[in-house]
Amino acid sequence: MNNVKIKVEDFNFHYGKTHVLKKVSMDIVANKVTGIIGPSGCGKSTFLRSINRMNDTILGAKAEGRIILDGRNIYDDDIDVVEVRRKAGMVFQKSNPFPKSIFDNIAYGLRINGVKDKYYIHERVEKSLRDAAIWDEVKGRLNKNAFELSGGQQQRLCIARALAVEPEIVLMDEPASALDPTATLKVEELIQELKKKYTIIIVTHNMQQAARISDFTAFFMMGELVEYDVTSIMFTKPVKKITEDYITGRFG
Amino acid sequence: MKKPHISDMLGFGFLRFSVGTVIVALIIILFDIISKGRGVICWKFLITMPKNGMTEGGILPAIIGTFLVTVITALLSIPLGMGCAIYLNEYARENMLNRLIRMSIRNLSGVPSIVYGLFGVILFVQVMNLGTCILSAGMTLGLMTLPWTITASEEALKNVPKSYREGALALGATKWQSIRTNVLPYAIPGMLTGTILGLSRAAGETAPILFTGAAFFIPFLPKSLFSQFMALPYHLYIMSTQHHAISKVRPIAYGTALVLIALVFAMNLGAVIARYRLRKIKME
Repeated sequence: MNNVKIKVEDFNFHYGKTHVLKKVSMDIVANKVTGIIGPSGCGKSTFLRSINRMNDTILGAKAEGRIILDGRNIYDDDIDVVEVRRKAGMVFQKSNPFPKSIFDNIAYGLRINGVKDKYYIHERVEKSLRDAAIWDEVKGRLNKNAFELSGGQQQRLCIARALAVEPEIVLMDEPASALDPTATLKVEELIQELKKKYTIIIVTHNMQQAARISDFTAFFMMGELVEYDVTSIMFTKPVKKITEDYITGRFG
Repeated sequence: MKKPHISDMLGFGFLRFSVGTVIVALIIILFDIISKGRGVICWKFLITMPKNGMTEGGILPAIIGTFLVTVITALLSIPLGMGCAIYLNEYARENMLNRLIRMSIRNLSGVPSIVYGLFGVILFVQVMNLGTCILSAGMTLGLMTLPWTITASEEALKNVPKSYREGALALGATKWQSIRTNVLPYAIPGMLTGTILGLSRAAGETAPILFTGAAFFIPFLPKSLFSQFMALPYHLYIMSTQHHAISKVRPIAYGTALVLIALVFAMNLGAVIARYRLRKIKME
């Protein structure tokens, strides 16, 4: 696999005494969608949150090994965590708009990063909302509170908010699990559009969704990366029996 | 079928009795104070000095004294209390030391106010050599209200969803940025509610100011923060128990009580409005 964006090498993660991720090594390809599947508690969310170091905020968290993003180990002592998070945006499982206007939600990331130019902020807000395929639905009410949007719109707003700071990677933690089928479809279409510009890593519980949208699929179990391959191979002829059992719904 | 019905009625009856007792007691007190104090309340009462050995005239110096002391209390209690709450809730790791600090703060809110008064005498009046004055009394009350301010502010911070903090961090905000721009704006109304309730209690306290600056009678208004002062609760205490002609000044005592209650009520109303605004923001 060439064009590697993120290189994970012997990555271990502990919460206190619990060993959550065990010696995970994988290469994540640029401008592709990498799906992460596995039963609850297998460490897939923890893995995702390791890539933008969101786990730092958790008490008793300890990481070992390397996650190399564009040639730099993001767990090096001299790394700027804020810089990592700007590069790797995140969309959470439960949409979390801030109690601000739609416009201010999108502009938030720019403003905290010191952007003052109003014209530029306007431009970025529109661009991000267009990229997240929600512009047409909100363009007439940018000053309305974001909580007035529907669940699916809120989630796309959160995607737009992540895009506004121009990340290179978008991490998505079950972004459609709380959405109805129509809204899910919209988010899935959006992901296909986004991979042209971004590297996307998505955690999902939904096997069909992983098969539909991801180019590569990684199967995690009990903190270990069991199998990782091109999605079409993973879903048709997986090497390991246990992967097949999980994908065909025999457990999980 | 009958038994639970009776116990239900008994339980409900007891609840009704409790509420009724509290309300009746409150109404009696208020009615007593308002009916007996109403007569003396007029502009002149509010804006003139006491006269003829405090048997006539108004309570202006007591109002001003209480106002100034409360301002000092707020200036000490609000920034320190909020800062402490932000540290405890956002920065401090959950460990033994932190739990011990939190427990101490909770316990401090139960310390009798006279103890704060004595502590204030030692620390501000004697050790810091500020003398008995508005500043000493205000800071003593400030120390007394700190536990309430901290506890209320921490609760307000806890009410802000974790997702606001995470959302901001994930966009590349520093920790302080996420707190300042995405936590505090939603916590401040709640913080103020608790703080104002604390201040209104402080405004009605007598014991902490007794030795730290409140005076029996001063024929002029305080000249600076280093002056002694008259205060509403202390004035009330004097007029109802220490004056040489108690029965003659009784109306003034009631008037003073009415003004003090109105002041505390106004502050609590401010707290309610702040809380209402907080709820509105949350529901939006």
